[in-house]
Amino acid sequence: MNLANLPGFLAPLGKDSEKSLLTYLLEWAYTTDAKRIGVMYILFAAVCGVIGMILSIMIRAELATPGLDLMTDDLYMTLPGMHASAMIFFFIIPMYAGFANLIMPIQCGAPDMAFPRLNNAAFWLLPPAAIFAFSSYIVSTAPQFGWTAYPPLSNSVYSPQLGADLWLVGLIIVGTSSTMGAVNFLSTAFNMRCKGMTLFQLPLFTWAVIVMSFLVLASTPVLTSALIMLNLERLFPETFYFFAPEGGGDPILYQHLFWFYSHPAVYIMILPGFGMVSEIFQTFSRKPIFGYHVMVWSMVGIAVLGFIVWAHHMFTSGIGLYVRMAFMFLTMLIAVPTGIKIFSWLGTLWGGSLSFKTPMLFALGFLAMFTIGGLSGVVLASAAVDTQLHDTYYVVAHIHYVLVAGSVMTLFAGWYYWWPKATGRMYNERLGQIHFWGTTVFLNVTFFVQHYLGVQGMPRRYADYDPDFALGNLISSYGSFALAAVQIVFFINMFISFRSGERVGDNPWKDGTSLEWTIASPPDHHQFHHPPEWIPVERHHGDHHAPAAAE
Amino acid sequence: MAEMVIGPGEESFGVPNGKLGMWTFLVMDAMTFAGFLAGYARLRWKDPLIEGTAWPNPYETFGVFGIQLTALNTFILVCSSVTMVHALAEVMRGNMKRAENWLLFTIIGGLIFLGIQGFEWTHLILDVWPYLFDPTHSVDYNLNFAATFFALTGFHGGHVSVGVIYNLVCYLAIRRGKLTADDGDFIEVAGLYWHFVDLIWILVFTFVYLI
Repeated sequence: MNLANLPGFLAPLGKDSEKSLLTYLLEWAYTTDAKRIGVMYILFAAVCGVIGMILSIMIRAELATPGLDLMTDDLYMTLPGMHASAMIFFFIIPMYAGFANLIMPIQCGAPDMAFPRLNNAAFWLLPPAAIFAFSSYIVSTAPQFGWTAYPPLSNSVYSPQLGADLWLVGLIIVGTSSTMGAVNFLSTAFNMRCKGMTLFQLPLFTWAVIVMSFLVLASTPVLTSALIMLNLERLFPETFYFFAPEGGGDPILYQHLFWFYSHPAVYIMILPGFGMVSEIFQTFSRKPIFGYHVMVWSMVGIAVLGFIVWAHHMFTSGIGLYVRMAFMFLTMLIAVPTGIKIFSWLGTLWGGSLSFKTPMLFALGFLAMFTIGGLSGVVLASAAVDTQLHDTYYVVAHIHYVLVAGSVMTLFAGWYYWWPKATGRMYNERLGQIHFWGTTVFLNVTFFVQHYLGVQGMPRRYADYDPDFALGNLISSYGSFALAAVQIVFFINMFISFRSGERVGDNPWKDGTSLEWTIASPPDHHQFHHPPEWIPVERHHGDHHAPAAAE
Repeated sequence: MAEMVIGPGEESFGVPNGKLGMWTFLVMDAMTFAGFLAGYARLRWKDPLIEGTAWPNPYETFGVFGIQLTALNTFILVCSSVTMVHALAEVMRGNMKRAENWLLFTIIGGLIFLGIQGFEWTHLILDVWPYLFDPTHSVDYNLNFAATFFALTGFHGGHVSVGVIYNLVCYLAIRRGKLTADDGDFIEVAGLYWHFVDLIWILVFTFVYLI
C-alpha cells in the first residue's frame, strides 16, 4: 500500500512518514489527533476482543462434553475470569472510548479533544495494562478467582500466584486510563461546542458519552481504591488487613466496593451503545429521534439509579432482608427509564421510511435481543428468585444477552455506521448482512439454552458438570464455535473494503444529520476547515406545545 | 492550514478547559477517597471479628504528643492553602515576584507537612505497631486500625507529594518567565488541586485522629 495515497486524517503528515512505514507508525503513536487516537483505541480493543473470544472458545470447548477432556482444572479456573476481564476492561470499554474519540469531538463541532496530550497518554496506558493482565499466563498462573476477585479467595493465602498481582495492577491502570478519558470527554462536550450547539442540541451519542463519563468518574475510582486495598493485603500479608476475616477484615466490604463500581460499569458498557443506536435509527428511519429530551433524561435516570442498586449482586452474601428488599425494588425501577428508551426507539421507527442496511440490522437486532436480556434481568432482580439462580448459568445467559446481544451488537452497528466516515470507503453490504444474520442466529444458539441450564441448576465457573446437562452444553458449544467463525466474515469484509471498497462522499447514508456527516470522509486532520455552525433543529418531536410545531 | 487552537468553543460553560478538567478530575479523586473512607468506616463501626480487639481509641494510640503534632501539621497545611490564595491574588494583580514568593511558601508548607508525616509514620511503625515488621511480636491489637491508617494517610500523602511537585513546576515556570500575569488560570487550577488536597486532609484528620 502506498502511504502517500491515504486520504484525510489517515494521510501521513510529513514527507518522511510518506516513505517509511516506521516513521508513519511513530507519527500515529505520538499523535494528539483525537481521530487517530480513536482508531488506535478501536484497533487495540479489537485485538483484545479476539483474545477474549479465544478464551471463551477454550471455555466452551472444555464444556462441550461432561468430564475433563482438554485441560486441567487449574487452567480452566483461570479462563472465566480472564475472558471477562479481556472483554470488559480491554474490549468493550476501550472500544466505546475509541468511538467517542473518533466521533464525539466532531459531533460537538470541536477541532479536537480538550486535552489532546492527556488523550494520547490515556490510550498509551492501555497496552501496558493489557500486557500486565495477560502476561500472568506467561509469568506464572493467571488468577483463578474470576473477574470479581472476591476475598478471601483472592488473598495471598488462597491465590498465592504472582499472576493475580499482575492482573490487579493491570486493572488499576485500566481504571486510571478510563478516568483520564472521562475527564477529557466531559471537558470537550461541555466546553468546546461550536456555535449553535447548545446542550440540548447535542446528538444523543454525545449525550451518551457525557453520561457514561460521569459514571466512570464516580464509580471507577471506588474500584481502584478497593483494588489498592486488596493489593496491599496481598503484598504485605502480615501488615494490612482489610478484607481477610482472620485479621478482622470484612470480605463483604470488598463486595460492596466492587459492585459499587461494577454495577454502574454495566451502564458504562451500554449507554454509549444506546447513543449509537439512537443515531442509527434516526438515519435509517429518516426521522428525527422520538422524544429527544426524554431520551436524554432517561439516560441520566439510568445513571443515577445505577448507583443505588449494586447490592442486587449480593443477595446471597448474607445482607439484611430489608436491605435486599430495598435493592430489589430499586433494581426493578431501572426497567422504567430503559423501557422509555425502548419505546422511544420504537416511536422513531414507527412510520419511518426504513432502509435495512447492515448498521440498521445490527441496531434492530440489539433492540430485540437486548430486551430479552432486560427481561431476564428483571427476573434476577427478584431477591427470592435470585437466591435460586445465583451463580448458575442463568446469570451467564443474562450477562451475555446484555453484553453480547446488547453492547457488542451496538458496537458492530456503530462500526458499520461510521466505517465509511472513518476510512472513506464503503464495506461490502452482502458480507455485512451475512455477518449480521450469522451473529444473530449463533448468538442465540449459544446463549439461549444457557437459561435452561441455569434454571436446572448448572453452576458457573466449573470445568465439569453433571451428564444431565450434556445436551444443552453441546448446543451452546457448537453455537459459540459458529459465532466465532462468523466473525471471520467481518474481518474479511473490513480488510477488503479498506483496500478496495467503493469510495464514498461526505454523507454516504444520505440521511445523516449530525456534524460528522457534513465533513469529508475520512475527515482531515483538523476536521473542520472553518469553525462550524450548527443550525438548531427542532428537538421537541411529538410535543405540540413547541413553537415550531405550531406553525 | 492555520494553527489549531484548543480552547473553549462558541458554546461553553464560560470557564477555561483546564478548570473544567480539574473539577471533573476532583470529582473522580473525591470518589477514590470516598472508597477508602467507606472502607475505614465499615471496618471501624462493626463488631470486631476477633475477640478482645475493639477499635482502639486514637487518642491513646497516638498519644497526646501525636495528636498535637498532627494538629500542628494540619494547621501548616491550611496555612499553605492561604499562601496559595495569596499567590493567585498576586498573579492577578500582576506582581509576579510576590506571587513567586507566596508559591515558595506554599511549597515549603507542603514539604513540612510531608516531613512531619514521615516522622510520625516512622514513630508509629517502629514504636507503636512493632508487629508490622516483626512477625514474632505477638499481636493483641485490632489489625484494621493500622491498615486503614496507612492506606488513608499514605494515599493522601501521595497526593500532597504530587501537589508539591505541581506547585514546584508552577514556581519554576514563573521564575523562568513562562507563566506571566495573563496565565492566572494555570495558578488557579493548581490552586484548586492544592485546596482539594487540603480539604481531604481535614476529613482524614477528623475521622482517623479525632473521632
